[in-house]
Amino acid sequence: MIDVGYVRSNMLPEQAPPSSTVGPIKWIRENLFNGVVNSILTLLSLYFIWYVLSGLLPWIWYGSWTASSLKDCREVIAAAAEDHAGGHGAACWAVIRERYLQLIYGFYPAELYWRPNLAFILMLVALAPVLFNSLPSRMLWFSAVYPFVAFWLLWGGTLWFPVMIIVGFFFGYFAFAIFSKALGSLAGAIAAIFAPLIWWFIFTGFASSTVSSMIPLGLEAVESAKFGGFMLSIIIGVTGIVLSLPLGILLALGRQTNLFIVKTLCVGFIEFIRGVPLITLLFVASTLLNYFLPPGTTFDIILRVIIMVTLFASAYMAETIRGGLAALPKGQYEAADSLGLNYWKATRLIIMPQALKISIPGIVSNFIGLFKDSVLVSIIGLMDPIGLTNNIRADANWNGIVWELYGFIALMFFIFCFGMSRYSMYLERKLKTIH
Amino acid sequence: MSATTDPQKGGFQLSQLIYDTRYRSMTIQIVALVFFLLGVFWLLNNAAENLAALGKPLGFGFLGEAAGYDINQKLIEYNNQMSHGRAALVGVLNTLLVAVLGCTLATILGVFIGVLRLSSNWIVARIMTVYIEAFRNVPVLLWIVLMMAIFIESLPAPRAFRGDSATASMYVGDAVAFTNRGFYFPKPEMFSGGMVVIVIFLLSIFGIFVFNRWSRKRQEATGAILPNFWISLCILLIPTLLIYFFLGRPIGLEYPELKGFNFKGGIYMRNSLIALTFALALYTAAFIAEIVRAGIMAVSKGQSEAAFALGLRPSRTMNLIILPQALRVIIPPLISNYLNLTKNSSLAIAVGYMDITGTLGGITLNQTGREMECLLILMAIYLSISLTISTIMNWYNESVKLRER
Repeated sequence: MIDVGYVRSNMLPEQAPPSSTVGPIKWIRENLFNGVVNSILTLLSLYFIWYVLSGLLPWIWYGSWTASSLKDCREVIAAAAEDHAGGHGAACWAVIRERYLQLIYGFYPAELYWRPNLAFILMLVALAPVLFNSLPSRMLWFSAVYPFVAFWLLWGGTLWFPVMIIVGFFFGYFAFAIFSKALGSLAGAIAAIFAPLIWWFIFTGFASSTVSSMIPLGLEAVESAKFGGFMLSIIIGVTGIVLSLPLGILLALGRQTNLFIVKTLCVGFIEFIRGVPLITLLFVASTLLNYFLPPGTTFDIILRVIIMVTLFASAYMAETIRGGLAALPKGQYEAADSLGLNYWKATRLIIMPQALKISIPGIVSNFIGLFKDSVLVSIIGLMDPIGLTNNIRADANWNGIVWELYGFIALMFFIFCFGMSRYSMYLERKLKTIH
Repeated sequence: MSATTDPQKGGFQLSQLIYDTRYRSMTIQIVALVFFLLGVFWLLNNAAENLAALGKPLGFGFLGEAAGYDINQKLIEYNNQMSHGRAALVGVLNTLLVAVLGCTLATILGVFIGVLRLSSNWIVARIMTVYIEAFRNVPVLLWIVLMMAIFIESLPAPRAFRGDSATASMYVGDAVAFTNRGFYFPKPEMFSGGMVVIVIFLLSIFGIFVFNRWSRKRQEATGAILPNFWISLCILLIPTLLIYFFLGRPIGLEYPELKGFNFKGGIYMRNSLIALTFALALYTAAFIAEIVRAGIMAVSKGQSEAAFALGLRPSRTMNLIILPQALRVIIPPLISNYLNLTKNSSLAIAVGYMDITGTLGGITLNQTGREMECLLILMAIYLSISLTISTIMNWYNESVKLRER
């Protein structure tokens, strides 16, 4: 064998790639300085970031937490400004330290803060089985009872009132069971609607006052005027979404049917609500709603707001769910038909579970929108966070404070809404893999 | 409900109304209609009773009475002796003013930000993401009051412009002043012959249309491409400028001047208008940016590669291939954002800008106590604005829709 000497018999060790094509340098070259225009843009952006942060960070960092009024605060800051360079203004965070509880709870009595706190924690528990399907479905019973628990915890009063409302649902169930056996399912359905209505409108007040006079179980009542801050925003947002869900489902189904009159009514309602701003509906709640009820009826402003917000949200909810219904493959409807299921059974067992699952991200973003819109109630005089800023400024100590309050509220809203939008994006990804 | 029941033997029975699919849908609909009408009747009856008890039966006569309040930002002639109806009209025009300004600004900003968010420059894309998330996740009402606070607190008062040691100065050669009471711009003034210039200007705009049609036909016939943009610009500017200087500059500008404690003359835009417009535009721009980004990303990469393979330059690829396809995805959500902006403009009441909610739904409602009538008109106005916008936009959407053959 001839030894061919000019062919290398052993491999050279690999050399490290040139430093400009790996690691951070490569990344910087590719993402920040690839070309003249991009380099200029990068430098401009860096200058912009420096400009904003150099103004903002000292203002935040050197802010004072320890004054009792804006005047004190300015003196403290002016004294401190000599110590650090720059010397321009700084934030007066003392107002947040003094009033953060008010911004969260409004004028809710301080010794009762545990009630909204508990209601909030229970809300997360009640939401858990809806959002994570790995949890036992028995927990859904708690979710069903939760609205009454929350109502009782927040507003207080006798325990028997929410209990009597729940009793109404049992009446509905029994009426359905009895009448549908005796007279057919349609009569059962009608009885199931009317029996609880009769109970609620005629007997509930009497029954709850009778029982509570015998067994006085209850919490200290808190009137609606004391509700405020982020608590109020969350109450309006969550109640609006939860109540608008069944209404939205019905409206979406109504818009989908081929029953002309039902369809027209649903389309008319949805387009009307979507065509007017929420603020006009809130004006209706604050000035007009009592006119439409029998003479002499007056009820709570928060309840009136919740009614209008629910109607508002249900129109948007209907459109979201309609999107879910439209996204469902036609084969699902046909399969349900071919199994011989009637319309309601097909909707309840086949169509709705899938359509709702598809619309969950849309429902979450509806919720974000409603939560943000809940600050509009400050315009009709409720004490939501923005309404409270006027209230705080009316105090002589804090007259003229603007940025700290708005900044704090904006940050809180940002944390809530950004978190929820990320969650809905995660859900969207998770649901996409299923289909 | 696709199954049908065989026709029954014998005569018509009442139970057929429920169990026979031929009649059942009719029955359900009539029952629904009856319940709906009963409900509406109940509500209206209550309302009539309540209003009668209060001694203010439904009537729109109050619209003709003297309003008795002033409106500080107005597009048409108005004083406090004029009627509530006139005040409402001023309000409607103010709403439309904010809506048009806001939508224009939001579209420009939104497209700009949406494109920059797709930039290959990491830091620029990140800044735009921060902008979008910051604006989308904070209530628009907060942005409006915050913007108002920025204008009030951080801009100089008119007296800062006064004297030799003025701490503030006007911009663009003493033509524009930004004060905490509002912005002052120069106002065009017409002298004799000014109409001629305007007519020439309108004619040259018409000329551009004619030229573009001719140029497109020529391109289709011969394949030769003219520098359309530059020729259009020349048609727009040269005749008008020639006439303008030939007639001795018949259109001038009236500059705002500091007189006493405030500026006089020029166009005055109150800071409530500016703050509202900016806040709405910045807020909506964040949503539009996301729509634009989604629209551009929806056009598959193969489309631009195919265009390059055909030898089109990047600008033509964008204009002829990418944009027309992206617009189809962009337009429908864009419409609903325009509608949202218009509806959100009702928050003007929070900064004291007199839009329709401020005039008709605010002061007129409180002065006359006519909640029912005021809110009915208010809702009808918003509803008709919304329906008009969505009709126009749907018609446009229809015209750019993909025609499948």
